[in-house]
Amino acid sequence: MPDTRSKPQGSLLIRNGRLIDPAAKIDAVMDVLLRDGRVAELAPPGKTKSTAHDKFEARGLIVAPGFIDIHVHLREPGQSYKESIATGTASAAAGGFTSVCCMPNTQPIIDSPEWVTWVQHPARGAVVNVFPIAAATKASKGAVLTDFRGLQRAGAVAVSDDGKPILGDEIMRETLRLAAELNIPVIQHAEDTRVTANCSMNEGPTSFRLGLRGMKTSAEGDIVERDVQLAQQFNGARLHVAHLSTADALKAVRRGKRSKTHVTCEVTPHHFALADTDIVDYDANFKMNPPLRSAADLEAILVAFADGTIDAIATDHAPHAPHEKLIEFERAAFGITGFETALGLAITKLHLGAKIPLPRIIELFTSGPARVLTLNGRGTLAKGSYADVTIFDPKRRWTFDALQSRSRSHNTPFNGWHLTGKVVATIVGGRVIYKTD
Amino acid sequence: MIEIKVPRGSLLGIEHLGTAEITSILQLARRMTPQKPRPLLRGKRVLLLFYETSTRTRSSFEIAAKSMGAMTTLVLSSGSSIEKGESLLDTGYTLRAVGADLIVIRHPSAGAPQLMAQHLDIPVVNAGDGMHEHPTQALLDAYTILRHKKTLKGLQVAIVGDIYHSRVARSAVHLLSKFGAKITLCGPSEFLPEMAGSLAPGLHISRSLEEAVHGADVVMVLRVQKERLAGAKVSLNDYITRYQMTMARLKLAKRDALLMHPGPIIRGLELTWEVADCPQSAIIEEVKNGVSVRMAVLAKALGKLH
Repeated sequence: MPDTRSKPQGSLLIRNGRLIDPAAKIDAVMDVLLRDGRVAELAPPGKTKSTAHDKFEARGLIVAPGFIDIHVHLREPGQSYKESIATGTASAAAGGFTSVCCMPNTQPIIDSPEWVTWVQHPARGAVVNVFPIAAATKASKGAVLTDFRGLQRAGAVAVSDDGKPILGDEIMRETLRLAAELNIPVIQHAEDTRVTANCSMNEGPTSFRLGLRGMKTSAEGDIVERDVQLAQQFNGARLHVAHLSTADALKAVRRGKRSKTHVTCEVTPHHFALADTDIVDYDANFKMNPPLRSAADLEAILVAFADGTIDAIATDHAPHAPHEKLIEFERAAFGITGFETALGLAITKLHLGAKIPLPRIIELFTSGPARVLTLNGRGTLAKGSYADVTIFDPKRRWTFDALQSRSRSHNTPFNGWHLTGKVVATIVGGRVIYKTD
Repeated sequence: MIEIKVPRGSLLGIEHLGTAEITSILQLARRMTPQKPRPLLRGKRVLLLFYETSTRTRSSFEIAAKSMGAMTTLVLSSGSSIEKGESLLDTGYTLRAVGADLIVIRHPSAGAPQLMAQHLDIPVVNAGDGMHEHPTQALLDAYTILRHKKTLKGLQVAIVGDIYHSRVARSAVHLLSKFGAKITLCGPSEFLPEMAGSLAPGLHISRSLEEAVHGADVVMVLRVQKERLAGAKVSLNDYITRYQMTMARLKLAKRDALLMHPGPIIRGLELTWEVADCPQSAIIEEVKNGVSVRMAVLAKALGKLH
């Protein structure tokens, strides 16, 4: 696939930072020279063979491959009152993301090559790389497959009906079969919607106490279980489980991985940072799908981060306007924004909290997601890779103020949270597109 | 992380109320009767905002407010701008702007009164929100029990029926358990999932009505909506066979046991005709006490009591 997203921008030398590149197995203080949109050279401090026009002093900071978010909602076409590709990617940049993969549940649904092309057009004003994910079925209605080949040619990196599941056994089998032929990953929103109607949170003591209908964890686990079995039937099928949230689903993913089925999964920051017991005062900023789960599910997720079952952290950034959130909990829209709190939550909750090593966390933001969607040349800073870099301070403490977010929407449960770990600079194609003071 | 305050005098649920506050409402209710009007709310405007149908609660709040001299206005979701799509908060701001001093709200969504209270500067009283709470019902139930029993502490209370869908049950469980009653919840698993036991400490769950009622001081029967049995594994006939309150079953309770029901009752479904009208039945008394309790709630929120 030709890539015109990263334009050469002269040269930039990132000096004295601690380079952590899990894919290249590097963890050392190194200088990184970027030239013409690519990584030109890695060398011990002061030892690069050539010099650069611009320099970035990164002493005391971590220099990582540019973060990749494989699950985001940019709301264009059709819902720019929530977000636009320009505002969404600006927010992504502030969160350290240099590439995002946007879901097709827009208005209209991104189910044609024309819309895939439209999303990637420079006129959209994206400041980071945008890789569209196309609908697996027409209008995501779960009935008729879309033109996978045409969508792939237009630049779609995966197919998904996210927002809802590819529910029917037969249509899911067909999706996996066709996608396997073309080597396209199928991203499943694993929810048995036949049993989750009218539910607005996880089923458990908290939903009972609040008088809200709860989704059973099996509604997720059963679909993942079924999908893993279906994926086993087709050589080359690649199943990716979106926003995995339950211990049940993790079990199914583990079984799949053991049986050499190509199954991967992502977990959102809110599912490792919060549980359903954190829902307070019917605040719809705690309402998302899948919902916040029990403490036991959260614990299982932390174990799966440590043991490698989880392939990626993805935000499921889902902006909504106040009139869709400042209403009755049961009527409110599902979803929260996520770009700008992702790293801080990962360091605070996973690194400092669950003692997961920093290189593993970086892997979950970089080479992990790049592998899931085969984003070649990304997720690493090996020589010749794209010059996408995220520079962050793992020790910096800060307070998240949702109103200062670059997203058009402010629907987040993390407003006012004290976090450790902050993005200092985001570099896309060798150009600094975001920098903190 | 951010603590959200609601206006003083609001009554959103029992769960977060202290026993002292509950006791003080119940004590005040004893001095309140619509037969002896006290002009505690003269000049006050009480808005009754009902998104769901109601007979008891609505008329009871209205009479409570009027007998203390307040002016009341009833707004129903049908026939108002709510039908045109006005949001809950916009309706709240509108009612505030026309001069409401207090809003009594009944709503099909859990948490709706909470949302309104967080955004208005006048007290909001929950008259039932979805499957969440119905705090004035629990208060009037406690009031009624205390007219017949010395204390709630140690009382054996059986709550029978569709607990899952019942805001009355949730509020009652919170209140009675705060005062040390021994509560048994009883019903089929569709109406009483195991997780109900986590609602308050020391709750007992029983699938046998005979077991639940045996030796009880108070038997509280809940309404069962036929349409909810439609999708359930237990049929209407099964339900009646296993869980209908009959005189024979009521006899298993203590001789002076109180039979309660929040209404509306469906004779022939959750209880028999005889049970509804038996000497132990406090069903009508509950309705009557509801006025006194709601007078107390409104007086505490708006009145000059001292």
